Amino acid sequence: MTQSPSGLGNELCDPRPLSERLVASGLFVCAAVSVATTAGIVLVLLFETSNFFRQVSFAQFFLDTQWTPLFAQKRFGIWALVSGTVLTSLIALATALPLGLLAAIYLSEYAGERIRRTVKPAMEVLAGVPTVVYGYFALTFVTPLLQSAIPGLAGFNALGAGIVMGAMIFPLIASLSEDALYAVPPGIREGAYALGADKLATIFHVVLPSAFSGIAASVLLAVSRAVGETMIVAIAAGQQPRFTFDPRVPIETMTAYIVQVSLGDTPTGTLEYQTLFAVGMALFLFTLVLNLAAHRLRKSILKGGAL
Amino acid sequence: MSASRHSNGPLASPELSAEAEFSSMPRTGPDRAFQAVCLLALCLPLLLLVVLIADAVSDGWPRLGWSFLTSYPSRHPELAGLLPALVGSAWVMVLTALMAIPLGVGAAIYLEEYARQSRLTSFIEVNIANLAGVPSILYGLLGLELFVRALQLGRSLLAGAATLALLLLPMVILTSREALRTVPPSMREAALALGADRWQVVRRIVLPLSLPGILTGLILSLARAVGETAPLITIGALTYVAFLPDSLKSSFTVLPIQIFNWISRPQAAFHVNAAAGIVVLLAFLLVLNGAAIWLRHRLQRRIYW
Repeated sequence: MTQSPSGLGNELCDPRPLSERLVASGLFVCAAVSVATTAGIVLVLLFETSNFFRQVSFAQFFLDTQWTPLFAQKRFGIWALVSGTVLTSLIALATALPLGLLAAIYLSEYAGERIRRTVKPAMEVLAGVPTVVYGYFALTFVTPLLQSAIPGLAGFNALGAGIVMGAMIFPLIASLSEDALYAVPPGIREGAYALGADKLATIFHVVLPSAFSGIAASVLLAVSRAVGETMIVAIAAGQQPRFTFDPRVPIETMTAYIVQVSLGDTPTGTLEYQTLFAVGMALFLFTLVLNLAAHRLRKSILKGGAL
Repeated sequence: MSASRHSNGPLASPELSAEAEFSSMPRTGPDRAFQAVCLLALCLPLLLLVVLIADAVSDGWPRLGWSFLTSYPSRHPELAGLLPALVGSAWVMVLTALMAIPLGVGAAIYLEEYARQSRLTSFIEVNIANLAGVPSILYGLLGLELFVRALQLGRSLLAGAATLALLLLPMVILTSREALRTVPPSMREAALALGADRWQVVRRIVLPLSLPGILTGLILSLARAVGETAPLITIGALTYVAFLPDSLKSSFTVLPIQIFNWISRPQAAFHVNAAAGIVVLLAFLLVLNGAAIWLRHRLQRRIYW
């Protein structure tokens, strides 16, 4: 397609007119900006993180469970923030996975065309709600509701934030899992019916196992989204980094820490400033691993490896 | 039972229609119960959306009014308003669009119309897919180092918009590419056969035909930018602004940050303001989404091939 119409262009001189070549290189520069963005993120994180580790040892970072870089007694145990992130993400997943998967089964196996056409845009709306709105909802509606049922639940807690985060990642799981279920060829279902399986047995023993890697990919992408989610946890989960898996107490996630420090007036070049990037680096690696695993799973589906 | 999408496939014979095939299959009690559970799982989060909106409207109702939109923030919650945040959001949206649209659509045109199958091309594609999964707050850290510090833009409108433009790039590229792909290759070939060069094909044939899809994607991307909070907090957008931005270098605040600021105050009266701000933000997003849907329908009708 990119061959010029004159056809006989040789290697020495590009037969395309100058303007055409200028346009092509201009467009290439646009595409290259995305590569530069990735490079920029990685370089910025690497640069400031290496500055950080010049002052703080790996042992202080990885072998401690307290995170108090803003206090006089500074400690840099990243696990306090990681546990907060993992806890809220797991609560979100525990909420969104059953609901999302069942909703995907309904849309793919039971729903008619009209229901699907009304529900899908509604799910897009759910996915498009700004996260600061979800944060408000978690803090002022869900947490008080939970407090009436669970004694000892703090005003800021991982539970309320995690559940609302589950609502945020629900559309992602539901819609990607539905794609995976839909991709299961009808012939496989019909084969199961022909062997005497009823619809329920077909769904559980044939359709779900066939779509497994697609569903797993949707879960990984959803967890990655939950790990990187910021405003819900910054508003509703608290700002107290602690190494715990108790969902009732205030905690702090990696993202919420970045927000907390950014809100204060931290001078550039200080150790507090560099902690931003060290935490950002941890966050980047977390989500990168999840995203790469998800892409690998989805690729194996495209190649037909799933069936 | 409604016809399932799968039973309408090529394998279903015309005599034995989908309806007949499945209605003749005995439906067991557990099957019906399971279907009901699935339906419930689908409705529950959507119901939550309704509750969320109703909650924000009922909380924010006392403050919703003209003066709320036209006042500056204040220490007195009943006097505080949204004006600087509204103006800031509008500025940021326009500036972001000015940067993200040419870059994103340009990259999409390059990848769809110009790029050959090569290592470099697939590297760029993998890179864009990965960028789409990077948490937005990390773009904020990039913006902080690159735009605020290295390019010395300060904590300005320009730095904020540039950060958001980078954040939107993957989404703009992906939606624009999908739109470009809907134009059949025969249209391009016909134009090339008539002697058009590549850029003429793009400008006269491909872009006009894919415009509805591209515009829809652009509007939805911008709607996302309007709701973004974390990256702008990271680059240091102010949370309390009592003036309107007057230049590209001016400091600023946006709607979601103003809302966040009100939420994080302990007094309940400020939470009322936050709820009212949320209603304004959601209404604004609704208008943008509605515009995207309207545009898609209106422009799609004119195309025949």
